[in-house]
Amino acid sequence: MEIKNSFIDKTNPTFFKKHQNALYKSLEDKHTTVDVEEDPLGTRMVLNMGPQHPATHGVLRLLLELDGERILRNRLDIGYLHRGVEKIAENKTYQEFMPYTDRMDYLSPYSNNVALCTAVEKIAEIEIPERAKYIRMIGCELARISSHLLYLGAMVMDTGAISFFIWTFRERERLYDIFDNFGGHRFTISHSRIGGVHNDLSPTCIDMIREFTKSFPNEIRDWRKLLNKNRIFYDRNLNVGQISHKDAVAYGLTGPNLRAVGIPYDMRKFSPYLRYDDVEFDVPTRLEGDNLARYFIRMEEMSESIRIINQCLDKLPKGPIRTDDAKKTYPSKDEVYYSMEGMIHDFMMTDTGVCPPEGVECYHAIEAPKGELGFYIQSDGTGHPWRMKINAPSFTNLQGLEKILDGQMIADTVVLIGGVDPVMGESDK
Amino acid sequence: MSKEEKLNAVIEDLKNTFNDDVLETTSHAGDIQVRVALGKIHDVCSWLYKTHDFDYLVDILGADRFTSDERFEVIYNIISLRTGLRIFLKTWCPEENPVVPTVTDIWPGANWNERECWDMFGIKFEGHPDLRRIFLPEDFKYHPLRKEFPLLGIPGSLPLPTTTPDAD
Repeated sequence: MEIKNSFIDKTNPTFFKKHQNALYKSLEDKHTTVDVEEDPLGTRMVLNMGPQHPATHGVLRLLLELDGERILRNRLDIGYLHRGVEKIAENKTYQEFMPYTDRMDYLSPYSNNVALCTAVEKIAEIEIPERAKYIRMIGCELARISSHLLYLGAMVMDTGAISFFIWTFRERERLYDIFDNFGGHRFTISHSRIGGVHNDLSPTCIDMIREFTKSFPNEIRDWRKLLNKNRIFYDRNLNVGQISHKDAVAYGLTGPNLRAVGIPYDMRKFSPYLRYDDVEFDVPTRLEGDNLARYFIRMEEMSESIRIINQCLDKLPKGPIRTDDAKKTYPSKDEVYYSMEGMIHDFMMTDTGVCPPEGVECYHAIEAPKGELGFYIQSDGTGHPWRMKINAPSFTNLQGLEKILDGQMIADTVVLIGGVDPVMGESDK
Repeated sequence: MSKEEKLNAVIEDLKNTFNDDVLETTSHAGDIQVRVALGKIHDVCSWLYKTHDFDYLVDILGADRFTSDERFEVIYNIISLRTGLRIFLKTWCPEENPVVPTVTDIWPGANWNERECWDMFGIKFEGHPDLRRIFLPEDFKYHPLRKEFPLLGIPGSLPLPTTTPDAD
C-alpha cells in the first residue's frame, strides 16, 4: 500500500545520498495530478537505467517508473560527463580553448570548431577569406554526414540489425581518411583557426572528397532499399515517440528532431553564416514527429550535404586561407620560421590571443548535425572570455526526450534515445 | 522590411509599453540586448510571447558580473519562428539571495536551463517546478561558475569512491 514512500525506502544509496533521494523524490512529484492508486498485482516498479548502459550512447541515466511494460513517468539524470568546459574557457585564450570543443560533440568535431571560430570572429569583427569559408563549409558538411552515419548505425542496431552498423562505419572510416588528409587528424581535427583555417586542401584531398561524393549516394540508395520498406524497422519506429508540433516548440527541441514535426528551423537558412546563402539546398521536413520521421529527415540531410559539398568544390575560389592581420590571427608557419616579426606575432597570439572590444557580448550559432550549436561570449577586453556559454543541442534535445518517453513502452526506450541522438559529451559540457 | 527594422520596431514597442522598466539596450555585431528591471522580466517575457510571437526559447544563461551591487545576470535568448527575429533579454539580480521569477510557465523548455543556472551560479528561480542541480550532485555545496570558485576545485568537496573496492 505504501507505494509513495517505498521508492525511497527501498533504495539505500551509499554514494551521493542527497542526490539520489532528490532524484527519486522528483520522480514521485512529477505530474502530481496523477494519483498513485493501489497496485494489487504489483506491476509497478522503478527502474534505473544507466549510466553504464551500452544503449544510452554514453553516460545517460534514466529513472523510469513502470507500470508493467509502459513508462508512466521518467526522469533523466545527466552530468556524469561534466568537465566544466565553460569554466575552463574562462581561463584559456580563444584559440587555446578550441581543442576542448572537439571533445564536446565528439561525433562531429569539425562543426564545433567552426561554431567557436565564427562566434569569436563575430565578436572580434574579423573577416575571413572566401576560400576559408568554403573549406569550412566542406568540413562542416562532411562532419554532418559523419555524425548522421553514426546515428543511423547505432539507431538501426538498437532496432536489431547488427550488420548495418558495420556498413555505416565503413563509410565513416572513409570520412576519417578524408579528414586525415584534410587537417592531419582522423578524429578531433581542430583544423579551423580564428581568422581562417590551418592549411589548404591538398589536391589529393579534393580528389578523395570528389570520390566520396560520387560513391556515397549509391550507399544511401542501398540503405534506403534495405530500410524504407523493412517491416521490422517500420514497426519499431512508426508512431513510436511521437511529439506534437506544440510540445516540440514549447520544449525547445532543435535540429532534425524539430524539423521532424514540420518546422523548417535551420540556422543555415534562418541566419546564414559562411557562404550558405550562395549554395542551393533544401531543408527536409516531415510532419509526423515520430521516430521514423527523424530517420527520414537525417537520410535526406545526408543527400543535401552531398549536394552542398559538390557545389562548394565547384565554387572553391582561389586565394588565401587565413586573414593577413597579425593582430587577429596566427601567422603562417613560413613567416614564423623565417622572419622575426612572424615569430613575435606568433608568440603574441599564443600569449594573449585575439582581444575583442571591452564590455561587448554577442551570440553566434551554427547548424551542427544535432541542431543549433551557439556560443554566447561576453568579453572584458582581454584574450580570455569573461563568460562563454555553450548552447548545446543535445542538452535541449534530452529535455525533449524526457517529454517523449512518457507513455512509451520500455522496449522502445533504447530506440528513442537513438532516435533523438544525444551526445553526452556535449550535453554535460 | 528587413529583419533589423522589424527588430527595432519590436524594441520600440517594448519601450513604449514598459517605459521605465526597460533600463538599457546594448548592441554589438547585430545582436541587441535589452535590459529589463528584475520585477518586470516575467511580464516582458509573456508580453513578447503573446504580442510578438516569440514562441521558441533557445537558451537561458547566467553570468557573474563580479560587481558589488546587482552581481548576477540572467540572459534570455528568444526567437520567433514566425518572423525569424532573435532578441536577448537580460536582468540583473543582487548577490544576497538572487531570486528571479521562472519562465517555465511561458516556455516549458526553460526548465533545464534554469536548473543549469541554479547549479552553476546559485540563482534561484521562483516558482520553478523542480529546481534541482543538473550537472553536479545535490551533495555538492558550491556553485562552480561563480568567479570566486577556484579553477582547480575545492579538495574534498566531492566524496569520491576509493580506488580499491574492498578498502572499507
